[in-house]
Amino acid sequence: MREAPGTRDYDWWLLAILLAICSLGVIEIYSATHGSNLAGMHTKQIRWLVVGFILMFILSRLDYHLILDQAWILYLIGLVALVLVLLVGHTRFGAKRWIPILGEAFQVSELVKLIIIVWLARFFAEVRTDELSLRDLIKAGLLVGLPLALILKQPDLGTAMVLVPLLVVGAFLGGLQWQHAAIFSLAGALLIGSVFYPPVSRHILKPYQRERITSFLHPEEDAKGSGYQLLQSKIAVGSGGFWGKGFGNGSQNQLGYIPVRYSDFIMSAWAEEQGFKGVLLALGLYMALLLRLVQNAQRAKDRAGMFLVMGVAAALGFHVLVNVAMVIGAMPVTGIPLPLMSYGGSATLFVFLAIGLVMNVRIRRFVN
Amino acid sequence: VSYWFRNDNRLPQARLAVVSYVIVGMIGVLLIGFWKLQVIDSDKYSQWAERNRVRSIPVIAPRGRMLDRDGRVLVDNYPSFSVLLLRDDPSLVMKNLPAIADGLGVPINDLLDQLDNARELPKFQPIVIKPEATPADVAFIESHHEDIPLLEMLMVHRRRYLPNGFMAHASGYVGEVSEKQIEDSNGKLRPGDFAGKSGLERQYNDILQGTDGMRRVIVNSVGKEVDRLPTQEAIPGKQIQLSIDYDLQQVAETSLGQRPGAVVALDPRNGEVLAMVSRPTPDPNDFAIRISAKEWKDLNDDPLHPLLNRAIQAQLAPGSVFKIITATAMLEDHVPSENFTTFCPGYGVFFGRQYHCYVYYAKTGAKSHGELGLHGAILKSCDVFFYNVGIRLGIDRLAHYAIGFGIGRKTGIDLPSEESGLMPTQEWVERSLHRKWYAGEVISVAIGQGAVTTTPLQLARMIGGIASGGVFKQPHLLKDAQNVGEERFPISEPTIEKITDAMYGVVNEPGGTGGHLKLTGIELSGKSGTAQVIGYNKMALVKKGTQFADNAWFVGYAPKRNPEICVAALVQESGQHGGEAAGPVVRDIVKAYYDKKNKKLGGQQLTADGAQFDPNKVEHAAVGVQPPATPKPQSEATTTPPPARSDQN
Repeated sequence: MREAPGTRDYDWWLLAILLAICSLGVIEIYSATHGSNLAGMHTKQIRWLVVGFILMFILSRLDYHLILDQAWILYLIGLVALVLVLLVGHTRFGAKRWIPILGEAFQVSELVKLIIIVWLARFFAEVRTDELSLRDLIKAGLLVGLPLALILKQPDLGTAMVLVPLLVVGAFLGGLQWQHAAIFSLAGALLIGSVFYPPVSRHILKPYQRERITSFLHPEEDAKGSGYQLLQSKIAVGSGGFWGKGFGNGSQNQLGYIPVRYSDFIMSAWAEEQGFKGVLLALGLYMALLLRLVQNAQRAKDRAGMFLVMGVAAALGFHVLVNVAMVIGAMPVTGIPLPLMSYGGSATLFVFLAIGLVMNVRIRRFVN
Repeated sequence: VSYWFRNDNRLPQARLAVVSYVIVGMIGVLLIGFWKLQVIDSDKYSQWAERNRVRSIPVIAPRGRMLDRDGRVLVDNYPSFSVLLLRDDPSLVMKNLPAIADGLGVPINDLLDQLDNARELPKFQPIVIKPEATPADVAFIESHHEDIPLLEMLMVHRRRYLPNGFMAHASGYVGEVSEKQIEDSNGKLRPGDFAGKSGLERQYNDILQGTDGMRRVIVNSVGKEVDRLPTQEAIPGKQIQLSIDYDLQQVAETSLGQRPGAVVALDPRNGEVLAMVSRPTPDPNDFAIRISAKEWKDLNDDPLHPLLNRAIQAQLAPGSVFKIITATAMLEDHVPSENFTTFCPGYGVFFGRQYHCYVYYAKTGAKSHGELGLHGAILKSCDVFFYNVGIRLGIDRLAHYAIGFGIGRKTGIDLPSEESGLMPTQEWVERSLHRKWYAGEVISVAIGQGAVTTTPLQLARMIGGIASGGVFKQPHLLKDAQNVGEERFPISEPTIEKITDAMYGVVNEPGGTGGHLKLTGIELSGKSGTAQVIGYNKMALVKKGTQFADNAWFVGYAPKRNPEICVAALVQESGQHGGEAAGPVVRDIVKAYYDKKNKKLGGQQLTADGAQFDPNKVEHAAVGVQPPATPKPQSEATTTPPPARSDQN
């Protein structure tokens, strides 16, 4: 095993893409907040980016096999943290999601996402077969289901949902058999269907979650109630047109019609001010990022590294899909931020730590 | 490091490739979503964003004022505030409604009703929830701008009319536009707008009504105003100058008092209406804010019909005033000859039936007019003489002249809903009553009874036109009106001479029915009429009383030939003779006209043009109350008394 991989081994293209996306985010955070009482938010975001960058490099130096070795311990730590947050966590916006660390409120579920990526990589790497057995599949499902249930309890449907694609992508690459895929797809479809079916959803979802789903299905019904956010976001995006209204000129953005325009709905603000051309740029960068991750997975030295990278790709891809689909009104409001563009400490750190894992795998691809 | 991962480098390359395709597909689908919003439906969302951003508050254009012929203000505006409710956000409205109801002192159910009524209107269009804001309301709205960003003050211009219904029927009134008016306006009017509903307000609405402007402000997501866009200024309506003379109108109002009836004064030389009064009258100021459905119903159901402009809408038997037409027809057609005389024993017998002369019912003195010719018959208003003339002329000749002089036809005055009255003809009887004309019917028509009905305006135009030598100018209320219609009905000079002599005699010769109206230095001439509302034989059947008292008419003018002023006065069911009840009204106005004219000639300048409206002055002036006349319910519309008989005076 070669000692200390060199800087040439880092994926500089990936970093460049990352930096480009972060720049778009910082620009739009500035545009969305500079005229309001939230002014200065972009500098805070830059600070998070710098911290994230440093953490990424630190994490990349630590051999991922060592990390995977501790997967079960990390898993238990994650569960304990989730229980802890339910017991003593800070309540904001009606949900218990935060515990204070070093004066900042950290969203524990972001850390748990990372832990589950690691844990699943270890799990599927250990299975070591081309055909995943039903027993292993159910085992994985139950062990992901436990933290998922705890996150749902906060309640945080969005983050809980992110765990599902981690499992799905992992299982798919771990040799998921078609008949199992068919069965679980059916079960998943039933679950999603029941969420949209009021008599059943009444027992599963919280009132505010049901309301979000209703307002997603009928946004015009109550123009400033819960359908308001989706409608205003669509208005912002649509009114941007092809060329956009220009930096700082989006009325929906500047006058505050877009909800949380610097965070979850930052894509809406970006689309309004930069238009379709700006969207093309942003989504192009996200596609490049995701494809670059897959490429890194393809070149991983072993299955464990591949699973690790693909776990990160699944998490980021799912975030992009759910957030952007929400912005164009194609999905209900879930509270999932757009990675690297949305303002937010925990979410930014999660992404950089996740990329740190990818770099970790990347720089060790030639190690024997 | 444990070795659980050793020798495990078989990567599922095919499945990884599948994931790549899924990523490309996912980004592609999202881009399609953006393409649809940002390129295909962009216009729709742009409008939506604009509507979010810009709040439009109408700037109401003031209506044009109405001035009298000397430039004195008859109708103007005063500023007032209406409370607007912005409804774009229904949930916010419902949340704040109790607070709004409480703050403005409006019952919440009222507000809910108004919201319900406005359901059909676009949400971004605010509605007026309180038309006349009190200072307390203004304070409430100002102090709650932050927490209830739903209320706006709208400056409006309310119409101010002179008090006590001064000239109310001519000016008309304004009210909220009807659905039909909105349809007819080609989008110029919107629900809640005010427009002329009757009288001149309606006739000249297009001139008086300005074009509302729009104040546009940029609001943020919580409804707070953050910036202003250029205001689209309101274009005020144009003012109109009327031919009405405030002084004469004043005299007319006071002289008629509260008696039901009408007065109209014309300048026969050009058709200008100098005064127009109708009684009873509503106060149009009551409609200038908002009239409740109940108040409106009460006005319409009032048996005295206060909304009716009797000067142009009362269709009543003209009584003896009509004899001027019969006399003119007789002289022009020489049937019977101009020297025709008859003996009046108090009645005449035609077709085996007795027709009384009013003199037959005289309480004192002779019940006979004795022998008289045309001049005396006009002076004394002898019915028997005109029975004989009528029967000889026949209905066709009589109708030829009457219709020629405008009876049964609208005068074309610039007011809406003028009535035409009726001049019966053989053809009309056959067409409308489906029966033959009886030769005896002409007897009643010849003295202005029977089926013939006229409006006061028609009589003023008719008498003025005959005295002007057969030139009939179209009456109008707009001063310096262009294209004033004119009709000429050739009447020979000797006829005019005889007729005007007789009408001069009515006032100025002994025995005339208007002898008490004589004015020194003024050639006041005219003709009285006392028209029955019901035949005498019928009256005998009902209980004796004033229930069906006669309508009193007097149509007077001066000078004797080519008059400058002609006044028709109607006092309904006064129970008095035309000369007694209506004559003094005419005399007062003619006298006031000459007093003013002589004063002007004497070098004393009247109130200068554009004189300021002085409510106090008007208040005092218009207050002059007449001895109360007990108004009696009576059907106004085309009263057609049985073709019985008589008339007095």
